[in-house]
Amino acid sequence: MTGQATPRDYGAAARTKTNERALDAAIAAFLWAFRIVVVLVIVVGSYLTVSSGKYSIDVWVDLLVGGASLGGMYALIALGYTMVYGILRMINFAHGDVFMIGAFAGYFTATFLKNIGFLNASPLASIISIALMMVVAAIVATLVAVAIERVAYRPLRNSPRLVLLIAAIGASFFLQYTVKGIVGVGVFAYPVPTILSEPVMLPIAESLRLQWLDVVVVGSALLMMVSMYLFVQRTKLGTAIRAVSEDAPTAALMGINVDRAIVMTFAIGAALAGVAGVLFGLMFIQINFYSGFLPGIKAFTAAVLGGIGNIPGAMVGGMFLGEVESVGPILFLDGLGVPSPTQLKDVIAFTLLVLVLIFRPQGILGERLSRTRA
Amino acid sequence: MSASAVPTTVEARATAAWRGVVSVGLIAGGVVLYLCVVGIVPIFSTRPLIQDVVSLGQLSLLLTFLSGGYVAVARAPRGPLAGILAGALVGLISGAFLSGLILLSTAVNLRAFLPNASPELFELLTLGSDPAVDGFWVPMVVGLLGGALGAGLALLPRRARELVILNLTALVLLGLFAGLARQRMLSGDFGDIADQARNVFASEGLTVVGALLTIAVTSLAYLAWTGLHVRARARSMPAEPRRVSAIVIGVLIFALVLAMPWLGGKFVAQTVAMIALYILMGLGLNITLGFAGLLDLGFVAFFAVGAYTVALLTSTGDFGLLGLPWWAAVPFGVVAAMVFGVFLGLPILGIRGDYLAIATLGFGEIISILIKSDVLKPWLGGPQGITSIPPPIATQPNDFLYGPVQIYYVALAIAAFIAFASWRLRASRLGRAWLAIREDEDVAEALGVNLVQSKTLAYMLGAAFAGLGGAILVGLLGSVFPSTFNIVVSINVAAVVVVGGMGSIPGVIVGAIVLIGLPELFREFSEYRYLFYGLVLMFMMRFRPEGLWPSRAGRREMHGAEGPSTALPLDATEAS
Repeated sequence: MTGQATPRDYGAAARTKTNERALDAAIAAFLWAFRIVVVLVIVVGSYLTVSSGKYSIDVWVDLLVGGASLGGMYALIALGYTMVYGILRMINFAHGDVFMIGAFAGYFTATFLKNIGFLNASPLASIISIALMMVVAAIVATLVAVAIERVAYRPLRNSPRLVLLIAAIGASFFLQYTVKGIVGVGVFAYPVPTILSEPVMLPIAESLRLQWLDVVVVGSALLMMVSMYLFVQRTKLGTAIRAVSEDAPTAALMGINVDRAIVMTFAIGAALAGVAGVLFGLMFIQINFYSGFLPGIKAFTAAVLGGIGNIPGAMVGGMFLGEVESVGPILFLDGLGVPSPTQLKDVIAFTLLVLVLIFRPQGILGERLSRTRA
Repeated sequence: MSASAVPTTVEARATAAWRGVVSVGLIAGGVVLYLCVVGIVPIFSTRPLIQDVVSLGQLSLLLTFLSGGYVAVARAPRGPLAGILAGALVGLISGAFLSGLILLSTAVNLRAFLPNASPELFELLTLGSDPAVDGFWVPMVVGLLGGALGAGLALLPRRARELVILNLTALVLLGLFAGLARQRMLSGDFGDIADQARNVFASEGLTVVGALLTIAVTSLAYLAWTGLHVRARARSMPAEPRRVSAIVIGVLIFALVLAMPWLGGKFVAQTVAMIALYILMGLGLNITLGFAGLLDLGFVAFFAVGAYTVALLTSTGDFGLLGLPWWAAVPFGVVAAMVFGVFLGLPILGIRGDYLAIATLGFGEIISILIKSDVLKPWLGGPQGITSIPPPIATQPNDFLYGPVQIYYVALAIAAFIAFASWRLRASRLGRAWLAIREDEDVAEALGVNLVQSKTLAYMLGAAFAGLGGAILVGLLGSVFPSTFNIVVSINVAAVVVVGGMGSIPGVIVGAIVLIGLPELFREFSEYRYLFYGLVLMFMMRFRPEGLWPSRAGRREMHGAEGPSTALPLDATEAS
């Protein structure tokens, strides 16, 4: 094609100049219309729902508490996405399936504990059981994620990003359908310790009508996140991870083992996802081989919401998404007369994702390097 | 990693070599264990490949042993004895994994965790003897022999090796197709010779006679091919007869493609119709993903829009609006999909790279949730879908064009048109702008390519073809249900394009035949279809990211730094 640029090409380019400008203006107008519609839906819907008085304050409190549990879980998964993205600039598509595998590891542990009669033996035994489930889930998830990193991602580290992304999609399907092959398509009912569904008899908790489940979920999510944050900020290995994600070649010159930092990143993210898998099982009771897909995508949404590559951002984004998903359908849509609005909770979550990507790709907490990272 | 890893002394080199062999054995062991636990061996063993001799399940294990031994030779120290030993060792180690599984199953109840660890599986692995007593060593012996055989195969001279591998391939392929071929030949369209089919093809798999016949024919063909130096002669042929023979071959292939539904019968017609449909959609995504480099995982959204638009316009049932004929409704379906493409595309096309994949994935999910939700139920029928949609050509059940056959021809004609259009598009100003965007967005923008417009056009065209695919599916099925439209459709199409070769038009065809055709034809495969897809995607990205039939630019690009310089002038008129 070199040397073949005929004058006709240039003439066409000149003629389309004004058309292009008009089109750009039309696109900008379209985007503004889009923003206005979304804001209108939220404001009008909320106003109509609240003014109709159909829902008492108790309902809203319940929704908020449920949203906090959900958000804690999303935040745990989102941390894995955000750390891997920060260090490799890739969307680890298989992360949602690592989470699902964690849920299954927890399920088998819980079933074993239930069969030997330990799960509900005493409150203490129940707590130990839950801890045990989380530990097993974290270990299994870590092993799987590290293996996937070694086999599927590491050889591709210098390839174009599209190649890495497609390999990750392949890994995701591979994990999903391996689990399907092993355990079958059935739905598995999580053996939940009975103590978790009892109400918390403490002064504030009683007025919020908390169950122990909520306390366990939010508490363990917070605990994991804080210890993860301290690990990344305070330890030598954490510093290495941050250095590699800032600038891998320079970090390597400083004597940091880049491979080790990357493997650690995958391991930590997977351990958190494994714990989140157990929390998912305890909250939603039912799991199957497909359970990881939607939470995975939504947790990625949470990571983007908070600003990808940003660890506190993933926590904030997760909580925010959990609340929006829990409260949003009823608050925004019920007032507009939409039938069975909770069917559309995923629509709200994905719309939120698209909105953030369009209007604030650097996320809620912002990020310095968003241009090179996005 | 560093230079210290290179062994210097002879002994050290030998130790390193044997360590390599052992690691091959461990990998092969992991593979056979995986095949059993995931259920591939138990399910495949219900399908005989050669009647009463070997089943597909046994073959999957045997092939692993064989290829383990084959690979081991390259790692082992030089010499035939060391090679055979290495192969046997690999087979022994991998067989030991299965023996371990058998022993474990006698001690613990594995089925609680692994439903596939069934008595049938162990009967297969131990060849029918009692696992607890003397059965557990059977896999080790079989592995040892298989591995040694594989190594022996690798040590054969090139011609003999090619002959054996070709024969194996022919046996597997014919064994898979045997049942279909028999059914079709006995259907009465082929006269008296067809009765011979009973002797060659069993109801599933080849008969022993058929297997021997296959080996004889394949060997003869191979000997003729190499003995007559066909390839060298073809290459040295003068230009004129060469062109004529190319045309003759082309016409023959074309005739074969046209005769497919008649040759294969009803079931094959259904399958080739699906292949044609996916070729069509793959060509659409090829514009978005292959030319412009935009990974669109929301293809299903436009597929659904096209399908529902056509369904609404043509249905004579409850939700039908106009009762148009199919042909009249298709343009509306395509336009609706395009409009959706623009509306969804405009906001997100400013996003770079992998964010786009997630955003489009989100769109796909939004659409598939909406069509089954109560909100749109009064118009789209919710989970019950829309039914009573007339086919493109009204036929009686006994007509040749009944059902999938007409869809095959319709889809094929449209696919041919799209292939031509995208071939011309790529050489156009717009096509070159897409390629530039794929190579480097910033540079393309600096050179005056309007990013948003070019991307929107790519996205819109992709959406249009997806809508067309949806319209054809409606014509094929005569109804639409929301359950058809899930993420898996997007993944199917993306896999077809990626496996075939991004940006390559023949690649899409190859991809659709491999990924859509094979699982449709064999129900045992369709069980593991997505497992296979996942594996194929990972393998392709690792070893052949440019695809099975790559375009020239794609081959250069995907190998990143190691390939030849990307500064080569981009030949816009290249034939792919």
